Amino acid sequence: MIPAAVEYTRPSTVDAAIEVLADEDAKVLAGGQSLIPLLRLRLSAPTVLVDLGALADLRGVRQDGDDLVIGAMTTYDAILRDPLVGRYAPLLAAATQTVGDRQVRHLGTIGGSLAHADPAGDLPAVSLALDATMEVTGASGTRSVPATEFFVDYLTTALAPGELLTAVRVPNNRVAQGWALVGVAALCRRDNGNIADIRVALANMAPTPVRATAVETALTGAQAHHTAIIPACDRAAEGTSPADDLSASAGYRRHLACVLTKRAITGCIAGYVDET
Amino acid sequence: MARISITVDGVRYDDDVEPRTLLVYHLREQLGKVGTVVGCDTSNCGACTVLMSDPDGRLVGVKSCAVLAVQADGRQVVTIEGLAGPDNTLHPVQKAFHERHALQCGFCTPGMIMAAVDLLTDNPDPSDAQIREGLEGNLCRCTGYQNIVRAVRDAARDLREAGRSAAPAAPTPLAGEDETPDSGLPREQVPDEVIPQPVP
Ligand SMILES: Cc1cc2nc3c(=O)[nH]c(=O)nc-3n(C[C@H](O)[C@H](O)[C@H](O)COP(=O)(O)OP(=O)(O)OC[C@H]3O[C@@H](n4cnc5c(N)ncnc54)[C@H](O)[C@@H]3O)c2cc1C
Ligand code: FES
Ligand code: FES
Repeated sequence: MIPAAVEYTRPSTVDAAIEVLADEDAKVLAGGQSLIPLLRLRLSAPTVLVDLGALADLRGVRQDGDDLVIGAMTTYDAILRDPLVGRYAPLLAAATQTVGDRQVRHLGTIGGSLAHADPAGDLPAVSLALDATMEVTGASGTRSVPATEFFVDYLTTALAPGELLTAVRVPNNRVAQGWALVGVAALCRRDNGNIADIRVALANMAPTPVRATAVETALTGAQAHHTAIIPACDRAAEGTSPADDLSASAGYRRHLACVLTKRAITGCIAGYVDET
Repeated sequence: MARISITVDGVRYDDDVEPRTLLVYHLREQLGKVGTVVGCDTSNCGACTVLMSDPDGRLVGVKSCAVLAVQADGRQVVTIEGLAGPDNTLHPVQKAFHERHALQCGFCTPGMIMAAVDLLTDNPDPSDAQIREGLEGNLCRCTGYQNIVRAVRDAARDLREAGRSAAPAAPTPLAGEDETPDSGLPREQVPDEVIPQPVP
């Protein structure tokens, strides 16, 4: 179907956009990946579309103190390409990778995703988990709304009529000093369905880095299958002497060693390298 | 009406459009670029995929049924009709679809090829899983996808061996625009490889 007749404007400043949005039947157009399908089905029929496409200020990711500030018009694709997001908000990158398809990710924006507030949407939940804050501008000035208060109901947010979401502020979730409680490095060579050769090294499980020999012995020559891998990995902490300190108890470290060894070996066998 | 200027397959077109006009209908009905098709009402099928420049000028795959013509104002657009090189030499992705029999009814093919070009421009050496994921926005009701994946894999290899990017070469508007009214080459110049042959 074809959208109903509508007027269109592409303001070049946020202030100009706010001015047009005073019209109660005006609707913001961002990437259009939710709105245009709705217009096509005539489930939405505004009188004027306010295209934010010319507002370069609303695009891009920057660091502000400890926070990452992501402009509302930053596309999913740009988020995936941004080195800051990869470093400081890997959860956002991982979730964005699963949104829609390449075409949708080239046009759809983080601001549109959050303002649309589809309960099945990926980024609304991520913004909640990341403890993000929405930066909102309207005729009466700017305000910040925490994600916990932003999502009000089905397709409904705390944005008042005429208000614009301009950016999303994500606190830096990376631990500044990333000392591992436990680390696992695994390397394996497959021969058909069997594990021909495997080496597993553990960080911080003894006064020196150590090999998880029990796992290596159990898996050498074994089937590359979870029925063999899971019981073998339960022995990852055998022969280790992890510290018992303020960061973690020795028991917790032993538990982590088993879990992380399982992940590392599974990842290794699946053909990708994971630095757990 | 709004005045827009879009460069499609290397030719600049200035037109007055209604703001509600979807880019795909502008391409088909105003500019005669009927190679790009509409397959659904929900922006799910990808049949309408074209390349459009983003604000940084990078050509990326978009669904032209989910873009208004007014949003494409000032942008470059490449459709399936602008993909072939001089004298209609097929783009490696087109050639591989032909050779691998990666189509049956052919309705999904223009979008599928444009999506594959978009993917290979970004990732010249994708695994089969990456090809499937890269084409997840394009549906095919006929082939079962196997030959499509094979064709994209072949095209990727051919492009790598030729040391070129999948990004479309500079368009040759003359071939498409001036020679004949139906936007094709004169019959005697059409290369054999693009003429359908009966199966022996
Ligand atoms: C085929 C397909 C598959 C999809 N799959 C997924 C998926 O897997 N996961 C997922 O999460 N989403 C998915 N989506 C939806 C997609 O993520 C949309 O891009 C997104 O929901 C909207 O972003 P947009 O920039 O396109 O916004 P638009 O469609 O332009 O706008 C959406 C709404 O938000 C409002 N709005 C937009 N920006 C602002 C702003 N800055 N301030 C105030 N209001 C604003 C608009 O007025 C409109 O009501 C899919 C969409 C399609 C077509
Ligand atoms: S026509 Fe189906 S996605 Fe555009
Ligand atoms: S070939 Fe018929 S839909 Fe793909």
